[in-house]
Amino acid sequence: MGIEIKMPALSPTMEEGTLAKWLVKEGDEVKSGDILAEIETDKATMEFEAVDEGLIGKIMIAEGTEGVKVGTVIATMAGEDGEAAPAPAAPAAAAPKAEEAPKKAESGTSKLASEARATVQDPDLPAGTEFVKTTVREALRDAMAEEMRADERVFVMGEEVAEYQGAYKVTQGLLAEFGDKRVIDTPITEYGFAGIGAGAAMGGLRPVIEFMTFNFAMQAIDHIINSAAKTNYMSGGQMRCPIVFRGPNGAASRVGAQHSQNYGPWYAAVPGLIVIAPYDAADAKGLLKAAIRSTDPVVFLENELLYGRSFDVPKVDDYVLPIGKARIMRPGKDVTLVSYSIGVGLALDAAETLAAEGIDAEVIDLRTLRPLDTATVLESLKKTNRLVVVEEGWPTCSIASEIAAVVMEKGFDDLDAPVLRVTNEDVPLPYAANLEKAALIDAARVVEAAKKVCYK
Amino acid sequence: MAKPTTPRAASAKAKAAAPAPAGADHNRPRPETPTDYKASKEELLEFYRQMVLIRRFEEKAGQLYGLGFIGGFCHLYIGQEAVAVGIQSALKPGKDSVITGYRDHGHMLAYGIDPKVIMAELTGREAGISRGKGGSMHMFSVEHKFFGGHGIVGAQVSLGAGLGFAHKYNNDGGVCVAYFGDGAANQGQVYESFNMAELWKLPIIFVIENNQYAMGTSVNRASSEDQLYRRGESFRIPGIQVDGMDVLAVRGATEEALKWVQEGNGPILLEMKTYRYRGHSMSDPAKYRSRDEVQAVREKSDPIEGVKKYLIDAGVSEDEIKVIDQDIRKVVAEAADFAETSPEPEAHELYTDVLVEQY
Repeated sequence: MGIEIKMPALSPTMEEGTLAKWLVKEGDEVKSGDILAEIETDKATMEFEAVDEGLIGKIMIAEGTEGVKVGTVIATMAGEDGEAAPAPAAPAAAAPKAEEAPKKAESGTSKLASEARATVQDPDLPAGTEFVKTTVREALRDAMAEEMRADERVFVMGEEVAEYQGAYKVTQGLLAEFGDKRVIDTPITEYGFAGIGAGAAMGGLRPVIEFMTFNFAMQAIDHIINSAAKTNYMSGGQMRCPIVFRGPNGAASRVGAQHSQNYGPWYAAVPGLIVIAPYDAADAKGLLKAAIRSTDPVVFLENELLYGRSFDVPKVDDYVLPIGKARIMRPGKDVTLVSYSIGVGLALDAAETLAAEGIDAEVIDLRTLRPLDTATVLESLKKTNRLVVVEEGWPTCSIASEIAAVVMEKGFDDLDAPVLRVTNEDVPLPYAANLEKAALIDAARVVEAAKKVCYK
Repeated sequence: MAKPTTPRAASAKAKAAAPAPAGADHNRPRPETPTDYKASKEELLEFYRQMVLIRRFEEKAGQLYGLGFIGGFCHLYIGQEAVAVGIQSALKPGKDSVITGYRDHGHMLAYGIDPKVIMAELTGREAGISRGKGGSMHMFSVEHKFFGGHGIVGAQVSLGAGLGFAHKYNNDGGVCVAYFGDGAANQGQVYESFNMAELWKLPIIFVIENNQYAMGTSVNRASSEDQLYRRGESFRIPGIQVDGMDVLAVRGATEEALKWVQEGNGPILLEMKTYRYRGHSMSDPAKYRSRDEVQAVREKSDPIEGVKKYLIDAGVSEDEIKVIDQDIRKVVAEAADFAETSPEPEAHELYTDVLVEQY
């Protein structure tokens, strides 16, 4: 029986990749473990090995092809009996077994996939500014590289940041440019290196500490809070701790409960910290640069699902954004949708849907979670009188709860409806695709909530 | 049952880590076994002066606590004076950096920081070194490169490794001294820091002030390896056990440690065998040990009495020593007066220094 070789998924978040190179040709005999091809994902170039023995039949996807979806048949292989696999163009001939096999489970995080853009430009940018399409991943790297060029005290430390080029490729190329004095691989020892980073900051340096994900920063949270956040206050303003703790935060894709949590509300609860959670690439760049320059300790929450998404980044020298300022992503007059990080894309998608139904939604990206720009939120509420908070995270004691409290305290008279929270379900994130999907927010829930506060 | 406590090492004053059994690294270089520091008469007088200052200062702090002038946790350094004085005297203020835990008054005094601003911090006054916002456990002097004053047991070890990292990064020739207790020596982050400090050859001296009790738990009830100077061995950090009740032994070991670190060998571990006479903090009745045990240490190994003997051997008269004692009493009384009478922080200070910048 012939075998179809399909484009493999090489990471939890991979949806497509580039077939960079074939290492076999039609008619070659291969055995299990031979390398068939090199496949480029957004994170790395991976070697793709043969699982079965046999002869390579037809190569369906030429090398160099970009955007090959996971599951696409890329070649066929004749099995041991020499019978070639049926051409995939003839689905009727598919092996009966294939029909029984469960189809690739769709991750719940696919619902979070949105590349929605702001509909308004940053008003501070001069007219005619050129934009460059940049992924969030590249924008973050560019921010670090620019600040490292400008300030000798800045260094990057974390697991796999140097020789591996970053577990999520965010620090790609930094080692080559800045050397191993300033781009430092650590052992797997979060508490230890977070403390070393904080100590180095107290000693006058400007560390950027990468956590492979913020889930692992739980082991280091003592230094983030007790050492970094409280130092300036406890010393009567004498001892500083200018440090950036950064890394991906929030749900990834099918990685289970221990690797899928939004720590935004945790850190935003702590006086003495700055907490930033950008959505698009321009904000990622401008705010990370600001974070590295800040004299205060900053928790910089990225999102793995956003790393590969492309947005327009203004081509200006030294693009630095103000910390603590929310951004109106889309102006509207009927309802305010407040969000941050990956939730912003969903809010923008929901606004599109709502527009088609005659509801004009204003979308606000908080960008900074501490200090929270409540003025922008309250100003918007004055205009719309209705508010929904969209948060990829748990509902209890959340940023959404905080916004609801602020609005109740300071904007009560402007409210024409109760504030609604659209958040993940109040459970640890499950693994099963259907349950994961049920646990996470999506644009449809935002639309539903917005209609509810508009009494429609 | 707890073993009897013997702060003064019975045989040798300083004991370098026993040679490792034959193996891959049995012949790697090790620091020399330190010898007692040969102090001049002037140096001995200064050691005595500083140690008495710490003792009288801490006694006064204990009194002020009893009177309600000092609140919260207050951990006294009485009994351990030789450690801070012996080590600090070997450092270069402004070049070498120092970090410790919450039992920090002694280290600050030994670094020459004004007793008035330390006492005023204890009483929570505006003139305190942390402007009244830190308290006993959180005092800093960035000017002296004294980096605190940390309340989470063991955190100062990782932070200290970071200070060592900064010395190396800046290539400024400085060394960090990170003090911690026998209790902190069981914290996981200590070993995470040992690993990276040796891996990256950071210029840092780890000092375990083994005062025998982690709050109420004796070392041998808490530590499977109670010879704490060996705790760096699996990271290839050499360790030396030192009589922490003898200021000259402490200073001698520090000289050797500084030499080791400054030669680029990476970190070194000093275990200072010492003893605290008072409870863990002011609120500790210290029921976990007998009065006889404390009394025996006071009589046989008191670090101040030890220096006094050295002074007399060096030809200093009892009268000269009395003059120092009186002078110190005056300094401490003035510090206490200052701390009792200076004003509390203004109300608006509640909101200052949360962040450095405006956003």
